[in-house]
Amino acid sequence: MSDRTDTLDVPVAAPSPKPRRDLGWWIRLALWLALFVVLLALPLYLEAQWLKAGQYMMVGAVGAMGLTLLTGQAGQLSLAHAFFLLAGATSYTVLSGPTGDPELVGFGLDPLLALVGAVAVTAVLGLAFAPVAARLRGIYLGVASLALVFLGLYLGQSAESLTGGTSTGRPPASFELFGFPFSNEGELEILGVPIRETERVWYLFLALVVVAFLLARGAVGGRIGRAWRAVRDNESAAAAMGISVPGVKAGVFAVSSAYAGLAGVMTVLWFDILKPDESEFGTYGINVSIAYLAMIIIGGLGSVSGALVGAVLVNGLPQVLALYSTDLGWFTGTGENAFTPILISSFVYGAAIVLVVLFEPGGLAAIGRRIAGLTRRGKDPT
Amino acid sequence: MDTFVQLVVNGLGKGAVFALLALGFVIIFKATEVVNFAHGSLVLFGGYLVVVTRETLGWAGAAVVGVLSAGLLALLVERLLLSRSRLASPFSLALLTIGVDVIITEEIVRRLGVSLPFIGDAWDAQPLQVGGVTMFRTHLVAIVVATVLITLFFLAFRYSNWGIAMRAQAENKEAAALSGVRSWVVTSSAWLVAGLLAGVAVLFIATQDFSGAGLSRGTHSIALAAFPAAIIGGLDSTAGAVVGGLVVGLVDALSTEYVSFAFAKSAVFLVMLVVLVVRPSGLFGTKETTRV
Repeated sequence: MSDRTDTLDVPVAAPSPKPRRDLGWWIRLALWLALFVVLLALPLYLEAQWLKAGQYMMVGAVGAMGLTLLTGQAGQLSLAHAFFLLAGATSYTVLSGPTGDPELVGFGLDPLLALVGAVAVTAVLGLAFAPVAARLRGIYLGVASLALVFLGLYLGQSAESLTGGTSTGRPPASFELFGFPFSNEGELEILGVPIRETERVWYLFLALVVVAFLLARGAVGGRIGRAWRAVRDNESAAAAMGISVPGVKAGVFAVSSAYAGLAGVMTVLWFDILKPDESEFGTYGINVSIAYLAMIIIGGLGSVSGALVGAVLVNGLPQVLALYSTDLGWFTGTGENAFTPILISSFVYGAAIVLVVLFEPGGLAAIGRRIAGLTRRGKDPT
Repeated sequence: MDTFVQLVVNGLGKGAVFALLALGFVIIFKATEVVNFAHGSLVLFGGYLVVVTRETLGWAGAAVVGVLSAGLLALLVERLLLSRSRLASPFSLALLTIGVDVIITEEIVRRLGVSLPFIGDAWDAQPLQVGGVTMFRTHLVAIVVATVLITLFFLAFRYSNWGIAMRAQAENKEAAALSGVRSWVVTSSAWLVAGLLAGVAVLFIATQDFSGAGLSRGTHSIALAAFPAAIIGGLDSTAGAVVGGLVVGLVDALSTEYVSFAFAKSAVFLVMLVVLVVRPSGLFGTKETTRV
């Protein structure tokens, strides 16, 4: 976007209104900061298994933010999110993998470089899909993007030197930041609580979520976000206003897949193994694409904070149910015809999609806005 | 050469089944502009009813029950959910069908558990020898059944009042309503027909000949190939759905033989991508125009 300047010699340009920093703005900021502090403190209180569940919600949060920019803000339906997750996971594992293995390709890069590289690789893959995306819209694009999931399934199975194959998979290098390991190595204590792998990864994921969140909010509020919404609402009108529609579409695909790539890196760090799926139903299958879609529909299409809530629900529910069920004896069956936590969660988010579309198309974000509107007396809630 | 003939027959047999599914998609899309992501779950539901009722009713009775119940489920989805949200855009309604699909599919997969029943009793695993070429009976029956059903559909679509109403509504909803076409009849009958076709299709899909796998989550994945079939032909073209179905069937059969089984699934989607890049509305689809 930097190739076009805003310094046209038109004196009539209205001064942009100052951002409204009223009481509500400060309250919201305070709430976000309070949430952040709570999330910072949680590892000191929660047990490792609950932290693990929380980490999985954060994985979903990053992926869902990327998808809500693409589908909600720019109006491009994508079922390919799982493919970009797989691409990110594989890129990280390959880039950080040890060199010299006769069976597996590895570049032995520093994990931080590998993470950045993985995000870059998936962004480029998203760009590569742009020629298709630019020619299609709406449902056609959604179905076309489904092709990538099938392609990912095939490549994941056949490119064994990269992915390790479906039978054994391949372990990723554990993350390191300038020599500080995100593993159980080394002694570290805060307030008498040992900070081990789970706690460290929690903080890593939290940092990634915050960065991803701030970037997404910035993009949505800025010029690029307006371009996305213009393309979503009417491509012809957007083009008439000087927006390069193919360029914007390609850009948003790249951004969204970069987010998915980061979520993929987080996924592989969370599972601690890269294992390509054997069928369309798996870690990087159609069900995952649909789960991410569910997150952003429940949260409200286009809403970045809604995507966070959606991710907590959709990715958190199976984890939390699984943890509770061992305590309470619910859904503990594992055999035939059992109601597993994953199954129950699928029912819940399937039903949530239906209810949201029927009764509140704006999702939880719209409900939140309405509640916020109630407290603002005398002002237009929109 | 014999292998090739056999492959083509297999491909056409599979293609006939995909054509039935794709035709269902297209009918729903023409009537409502909604893309039905729940099509795979209709397929599973019909198949599951066959499995449940087969013991008591015998296969033929169960097959009828399965086909009818798939149609009924589609009708219910339309009447209970989609028709309630007339103001929602087709885009959100498509998302709604994803939710429906998740619920139905997960429940049926849970009920099936580890049993993966084959349900094409009347034709499954009874190969025929036709002049040195072994052919699967399932594929031959599928071709015949699909030809009959598709011909019936096109006759009805062309000549019956229902077909005229349907085409009128697809052309211009308001004008059709003003001319006395009852919109809800057209819409719900479209869903019913699509469901019935899905119910017929599953009788061929969950067989040893077609997929080598019984009724399971895999059946749902196979039914997904009806998407590329409908898209290749053009989402709003009934004839295109048939052509698209045959293309998908042939691509599937040929790439399974000449490349690999794992590649066949993606091959179908790759062909779709190529078609879309060359013709964004499919081979026979109406080109979208926008008014500024």
